[in-house]
Amino acid sequence: MPKPHVLRRLAACLSPGGLITDAHAVRPFETDGLTAIRERPWAVALPETAGQVRAVLGVCRDEGVPVVTRGAGTGLSGGARPRRDGVLLTLSKMRRVKEVDLDACTATLEPGVTNLAISEAVREHGLHYAPDPSSQIACSIGGNVAENAGGVHCLKYGLTVHNVLGLRVQTIAGDELVLGGKGLEQPGLDLLAVMIGSEGMLGVITEVTVKLLPLPPVKRVLLAAFGDLQAAGDAVSAIIAAGIVPAGLEMMDNPAIRAAEDFAAAGYPRDATAVLLCELDGPKAQVETDTERVRQLLETGGAAVRVARDEAERERLWKGRKSAFPAMGRLAPDYYCMDGTIPRSALAQVLGDIAELSAEHGLRVANVFHAGDGNLHPLILFDANEPGEADRARALGDAILRLCVRAGGTVTGEHGVGVEKLDAMCEQFSAAELDQFHRLKAAFDPRGLMNPGKAVPSLARCSELGGMRVHAGKLPFPHLERF
Amino acid sequence: MGEPRGDAWPRPDGLRLAVGTLAVDEAEALRAAVAEARRIRRPLGMVGHASKAFLGGPGGEPLSTLGHRGIVDYRPEELTLTARAGTPLAEVAHAVAENGQILPFDPPRFAGGVGGEGTFGGAIACGLAGPARPWRGGVRDAMLGVEIVNGLGERLRFGGTVMKNVAGYDVSRLMAGARGTLGLILSASVRLQPAPAVEKTYRLECDAEQADANCRRWARLPLPITGTCFLAGALRVRLSGSSQAVAVARAEMALATEDDPAVWEEVRDHRHAFFLESAAGPLTRVSVPRNRRFLREDALIEWNGCQAWLSESPPDELPEGAFATVFRGEPVGAAGAGNTADYARRLRRAFDPDGVLNPGIAS
Repeated sequence: MPKPHVLRRLAACLSPGGLITDAHAVRPFETDGLTAIRERPWAVALPETAGQVRAVLGVCRDEGVPVVTRGAGTGLSGGARPRRDGVLLTLSKMRRVKEVDLDACTATLEPGVTNLAISEAVREHGLHYAPDPSSQIACSIGGNVAENAGGVHCLKYGLTVHNVLGLRVQTIAGDELVLGGKGLEQPGLDLLAVMIGSEGMLGVITEVTVKLLPLPPVKRVLLAAFGDLQAAGDAVSAIIAAGIVPAGLEMMDNPAIRAAEDFAAAGYPRDATAVLLCELDGPKAQVETDTERVRQLLETGGAAVRVARDEAERERLWKGRKSAFPAMGRLAPDYYCMDGTIPRSALAQVLGDIAELSAEHGLRVANVFHAGDGNLHPLILFDANEPGEADRARALGDAILRLCVRAGGTVTGEHGVGVEKLDAMCEQFSAAELDQFHRLKAAFDPRGLMNPGKAVPSLARCSELGGMRVHAGKLPFPHLERF
Repeated sequence: MGEPRGDAWPRPDGLRLAVGTLAVDEAEALRAAVAEARRIRRPLGMVGHASKAFLGGPGGEPLSTLGHRGIVDYRPEELTLTARAGTPLAEVAHAVAENGQILPFDPPRFAGGVGGEGTFGGAIACGLAGPARPWRGGVRDAMLGVEIVNGLGERLRFGGTVMKNVAGYDVSRLMAGARGTLGLILSASVRLQPAPAVEKTYRLECDAEQADANCRRWARLPLPITGTCFLAGALRVRLSGSSQAVAVARAEMALATEDDPAVWEEVRDHRHAFFLESAAGPLTRVSVPRNRRFLREDALIEWNGCQAWLSESPPDELPEGAFATVFRGEPVGAAGAGNTADYARRLRRAFDPDGVLNPGIAS
């Protein structure tokens, strides 16, 4: 596999020190946020410009070397897992805010700019970039685009796809695609939409133009404690049905409440079966009307309700939610974070079913999630040092994802498929659908050099799993070899 | 292929009993028509009400989607709706209005179609949005899922009815505005929004430049604006929200004169005098980036300056990054520029390798 002339060619594309091949030095790049999955990259390339990215891709195309693109490495599905025989194209050195256009209310960024840095760069102008994934201090905008990242506030402000106006993308063929720009519409097919969330399978994002929104002048948070999961789930539906779109609507179950309270002393009621955190933002007059209405709805739904009196209390209530993940570290040595989405109305039912599965598998599960979007993040607690527990955690995770698909949902709401959910994709899509995905990829990357083996499982893989559905006794595409 | 997955796609029992067999057969008939067209290499042109035929016909043998109609699933508390392609837009709009909700992209309903003012499938395929586009999003922004027949005659489902879904490439959004070149839309799921408690329209006499300056100043502030429209020396502004929020914003913006709210639908559907007076001549839409200005006293300018209408053929000079679409008159060249268009063509072949879908639409 070592191809010295290829390494020489790659190094020539980059600034001095821009190519790392030393076994020690590549170690930090072996894994992304899904640390259970590791692989040593053959070489790590650290380009500083779009031109260098294009040059690296050119060498990889000529030499048939696979390319895995990596942003900040905070992804939770193994989408940036390197390959032993491939280049890990790491965009962390491309972190310039290229332009803030106050006339258009846009910011143009290199892909390595962190999510939080965007809002920090424009706060003095009374603006912000709305999507805020939990990892926002570390995750990069390029990675956000590749995963179509969500966050706590996407119920009202949308996902990355709703907040990105334009991209520059380098393809493996050597083309620079300029998709969208600063306008609302674009002629022809919406390639911008298909590029967002494509997990590094179609091209390398080298520039992102995002929409900036005015900072909401007023924010209010309500904390509602429920003695019953069904009532909490119903309250979520009642708020939405009443025509209110909260900025955030988060739910935690009892194990998560206790863990967060022990960790952050946020003032959550430790004996509640579930708490809802509801944030309303916007112009003062609107927020006041909505707060009163939400309080009534929650109380009618049987909750004990508290409205944060000041900014300090609002921050304390959020701190409990935001520290829920680190708090899990106190409950068990390891946890496995899932990411299914279900219709909101199925929340109570699915949470009940998860509790049953948890008992069956003998592993505890805590639930912290974006209730307003129906986006669940069950945290499966286990101890990797106990023989078999990691496998049981994995099996429980798969069972939970199947539950989400059966409830009319999806196996990933915002973390992406990566390598982690390849098998679950066989559950959600038919062979013909997966094949259409593969043809879509081939339109951008006919030789399959971009992030090979991620995001969309091969038909062979699904077939081996037995997950492929056979219709009327006929396999789709009988001419294809399956095994 | 594309076998029904009843539990993965909402089909409430009541509706399944009411419309089940007939509708499934209709979808299957559409699929079979595409498969047969591919076999005999005779391309098809998808047609609903043909209310947007002025954008250019699809070419090919006409295939009507009108038999495949009906709202499949509507859950107000989920803010989602799934309807079949042939469902009249008016029916969808009426159903959601009854529950105090709206289609956020507020698609135009053009008169002059055959049998109606546009279908749900046609609205998605054409990707046109109404006056609130900058604030409530376009068709692509509301897309949650689709069922299509691709050019191979396969029934495929992408996305679903949940708000967040990153499993696989985002084919659902790609269908918005693709004008049926990637697949025949059988049904689609979209996200709805609650209708605001109060909606008020105000009028400010000013020229195009002052109107633009106002819109840009307001865009930097947290105001409940959901429409702007400059025409003939006056800017109309729509405010939406609670009555207090609208009243406060009105005072802040110094909007004195209340105006007729009918203007928004009239502009959306091209029933406004601006469109009717020039009905015999050409009509051009100019799409303008947020950082550019296209200001003319004789234009109708909406979307905070991002969309302008002209009663003439596309002007020779447009601001950088702007593009023109002919709504009436001699069509301009194929959409898309340079290598982007190459990739768009490859993408089209990935969905329709034999070119059986809407051959009249250039790519």
